[in-house]
Amino acid sequence: MNLNDAQIERYSRHIILGNVGVEGQEKILAGKVLIIGTGGLGAPVALYLAAAGLGTIGLVDGDVVDLSNLQRQVIHFTPDVGRPKVLSAKDKIAAINPDVRVITYETRVAAANIAGIIKDYDFIVDGTDNFAAKFLINDACVLGGKPFSHGGILRFDGQTLTYVPGQACYRCVFTAPPPKGAVPTCSQAGILGAVAGMLGTIQAAEVLRFLIGKGELLVNRLLVFDALNMNFRTVKFARNPACPVCGERPSITTLVDAEPAVCDLKSRGRG
Amino acid sequence: MTLKVNGKVFTAAEAALTVAEVLQRSSVANPEMVAVQLNGEFVAKEKLAQTPVAQDDEVDFIYFMGGGAKRDI
Repeated sequence: MNLNDAQIERYSRHIILGNVGVEGQEKILAGKVLIIGTGGLGAPVALYLAAAGLGTIGLVDGDVVDLSNLQRQVIHFTPDVGRPKVLSAKDKIAAINPDVRVITYETRVAAANIAGIIKDYDFIVDGTDNFAAKFLINDACVLGGKPFSHGGILRFDGQTLTYVPGQACYRCVFTAPPPKGAVPTCSQAGILGAVAGMLGTIQAAEVLRFLIGKGELLVNRLLVFDALNMNFRTVKFARNPACPVCGERPSITTLVDAEPAVCDLKSRGRG
Repeated sequence: MTLKVNGKVFTAAEAALTVAEVLQRSSVANPEMVAVQLNGEFVAKEKLAQTPVAQDDEVDFIYFMGGGAKRDI
């Protein structure tokens, strides 16, 4: 791949970076990344990856833009209310960087479709709000040998880890989804919009560092932050031999749908 | 007894405590909300109440976190 003059100018701040350079930028331009959920986390991830010149961005979301999304889902604008999120996001990506190829999946991930969706991508970003999807993404990536970034946010807190094949997975930490009602939902507990941006940009940085192959990813460690007091902490962990999907005697060998127990305003229609 | 809980110093008057009691005193309302490590090893939920902690042990608990958006996918 040869960068043209406009690309050399557009990506000049990457190209002059010691750990990126022309070679790293070319890897970014050749990268294929799938973002599952185009909401609080997916929005900043998609914006920064688009600006960075990601070659192909896949967007999965079956939802439409709601007025209450705009407080944090910065890829969607006021006139987008009511539009499918993947189409709203695709328009913004095209406006930022027409070089980026966008593939949209106006659907929810489920056991029946996820393996087929992730198979063409180099890296998967979990920007979902519910544990059923988070565990499904983990299992699909472990079984499919795909690296992914987990992200979670609640109130003023955020957490993220990166899985690469052969290393600890999300289920090594959280064995199974929490029972219904044990964890407050986001619609009950709230979320500071900027916290979604903080976590999403960390996930975007993981994607870019994965693609350029530089630095230490958040592998075998979980980054946790509390933005109320602005404290960051990393918790180290190892592969859990008892992990139900990547452990010594895995009980999960095929994908199944769990009942979503989540950030859902049941009274507000389809969920 | 002095422990490190989520990276911070934690002191208790008692000489014997379990991981479950440490969680309780750390305002974890429900152990179902967290994953727990004792000195870098995960402790299964059903063993929290039977696992003792000792002086200078490190306990880390990590909350389950979903996303910020409702119905993102």
